[in-house]
Amino acid sequence: MEREKNQSTTENALKWEARKRHLRYQTVFMCLILAFFLLVVWNINTGSVDISVKKILEIIFRRSGDETQYAIIWKIRLPRIAMAAILGGALALSGLLLQTFFRNPIAGPFVLGISSGAKLMVALTMIYFLEHLGRVSSWVLILAAFAGSLLSMGIVLAVSQKIKQMSALLVAGIMIGYICSAITELMITFAQESDIVNLHGWSQGSFSGMSWENVKIAFVVVLVIAVCVFFLGKPMGAFQLGENYAQSMGINIKRFRLLLILCSSLLAACVTAFAGPISFVGIAVPFLMKKCLHTSKPLVVIPVTFLGGSVFCMFCDLLARTVFAPTELNISTVTSILGAPVVIYMLIVQKHSSTSNS
Amino acid sequence: MNQIYFETKELCVGYHGTPLIRDICVSVNKGEILTLIGPNGSGKSTILKSITKQLRLLGGTAWIDRQILSELSVKDLAKKQAVVLTERLQTEMMCCWDVVATGRYPYTNQVGTLSDSDYKMIEESMKMVLAYDIRNKDFGEISDGQRQRIMLARAICQEPEIIILDEPTSFLDIRHKLELLDILRSMAKEKEITVIMSLHEIDLAQKISDKIMCVKGEYIEKIGTPEEIFQDRIIQELYDVEKGTYNMLFGSIELPKPEGESHVFVIAGDGSGVPVYRALQKAGISFSTGVIYTNDVDYQVAKVLANTVITESPFQEISEAAFEKAKKEMSACDYVIYTGTAIRKDNQSFHKLIEEAKEKKKLVTLEELRAKIF
Repeated sequence: MEREKNQSTTENALKWEARKRHLRYQTVFMCLILAFFLLVVWNINTGSVDISVKKILEIIFRRSGDETQYAIIWKIRLPRIAMAAILGGALALSGLLLQTFFRNPIAGPFVLGISSGAKLMVALTMIYFLEHLGRVSSWVLILAAFAGSLLSMGIVLAVSQKIKQMSALLVAGIMIGYICSAITELMITFAQESDIVNLHGWSQGSFSGMSWENVKIAFVVVLVIAVCVFFLGKPMGAFQLGENYAQSMGINIKRFRLLLILCSSLLAACVTAFAGPISFVGIAVPFLMKKCLHTSKPLVVIPVTFLGGSVFCMFCDLLARTVFAPTELNISTVTSILGAPVVIYMLIVQKHSSTSNS
Repeated sequence: MNQIYFETKELCVGYHGTPLIRDICVSVNKGEILTLIGPNGSGKSTILKSITKQLRLLGGTAWIDRQILSELSVKDLAKKQAVVLTERLQTEMMCCWDVVATGRYPYTNQVGTLSDSDYKMIEESMKMVLAYDIRNKDFGEISDGQRQRIMLARAICQEPEIIILDEPTSFLDIRHKLELLDILRSMAKEKEITVIMSLHEIDLAQKISDKIMCVKGEYIEKIGTPEEIFQDRIIQELYDVEKGTYNMLFGSIELPKPEGESHVFVIAGDGSGVPVYRALQKAGISFSTGVIYTNDVDYQVAKVLANTVITESPFQEISEAAFEKAKKEMSACDYVIYTGTAIRKDNQSFHKLIEEAKEKKKLVTLEELRAKIF
């Protein structure tokens, strides 16, 4: 009797604990969804041209209204919002994958120089194609960015073979980033006058000037990889215990690491191809999301990180457009101001917990 | 029961293609515990890493459950073999329950959702290592003993047929060492899980293992039952113990005995001498002792620490010869310590020894001696 009672009370306790955890996950998720829709509405509603809410609703749902306003909503604001959401999520996810790979929360596409590598290749391709063909397709840009990010990643990995220390690796990544940025700036300086305006804005990071064509391509690429990443969630969870334990649980380590690299590079490349390099989202968002969720379970963290990245970038884009309107800020300016303090806070927290461990 | 579960033939292991140990031939039955002992850097971990596929085998064959190890995929191996490694885990926001739950990896679906039976298995494993209460604590914030038990629970949770542990008791205090090994022992017997591990504590290895492998040099020196391996000489050679001695009966190491002429004579018996001997050894004071029966626990320590031990065969009255020897030895010493051991019919002559010491004002207690010369 007694024993049975004990059994059932522990079972109840377990269920209650599980329910509490799920409630937390659901709350975070719902908050993010709410923030997402709020930001969508807010973003549509703000801009240099004032359009009333009623008209906006008419334009979106009835597809009718003033010609200019229609164009502003459908050709400028909506694709821009969509792009911020898609690419923001992709960027945060890319950071999460790199952190899993290096087993370090400070890894991210920007600090490891992967975004800058992609930027360099995109700039090269853009200048070449614009000069010779006059136009360049998004697919080519993504491919160029992917090649660039893989190249940077390859250098970082080669360095990581030699240097086991994470701090040294980060310095190496940042140096690679500087070199790539310097070369990009150099090329932009000597590019034809007509391209400069375009290139300059892009190379600083911006969600402006997106077409529905861009959105479609970005959506497809990011969706496919995000689904892949979701299925990488299981081995990612095991990999948190380290390579050796992961292998003992039946993970093909080589294949898993390759998949991580490919997915994170593709995501970072896709972002860079369309919006240029965007800093700190990849580190700050996964960290904040894990803190909110109170877990690092990939199955929960992956979707929430994606959503969090979307919300974060939409918010930053909103600030970039409105704070000094009509002057528009670079998206990286805003993400840095908001993201860098988070990273510093993270370093302090990390330091604290690692000293208490040892 | 007596079915061979793990076997190797002419196994050759090492790093980067350079062989470190060759020709390892060993077989372990289901539910048996094989312990690897040997000095630091002898290659115990290398062997363990090789049979867990972390290192490539450089030659020979290993079988697990009659399947050839190198032909098993990591996926299939994961359902048979679980590991507890020496490396210290750095986790990020994982509670103990989460860490244990990763053990279910080989059995869950594509996205890793846990079924009811998985939950039950996790709970059972945690209860088995007595760590169920700390399930919600952050893995980074628990003690070393708890960590090790959680890692063992994780391994048990993987429902393996064999568990490989690399020095599972390092970082643990004696109580946690015993607890962990006790859990291992009962797990091996009840669940018939084969255990292969490396241990630093040879005294514990002797008590827990069914088989011992001595790892030293290019070839395996000896493999056998604890009774075969744990002889003073073998252990002393294995660890190159030149100073000090290994005592097989106690399974413990004694430090080298003090050198020089005896200064103190200890009248002891029934184990009352051991603490005195060790205290004198620690102070570096050379001593003699007697009259000790050869079946007395004092004898085991006395024979390695004392300069001279005057002995008597068990269950005999102390002979005149032994008494005379003791008297002679005593008179050569500056001090005499009587440990207070009971004086019965057969050791009546202790009275005479004590009387004589008193007469010559040599009789002191350990404390008095401490005050005088320590």
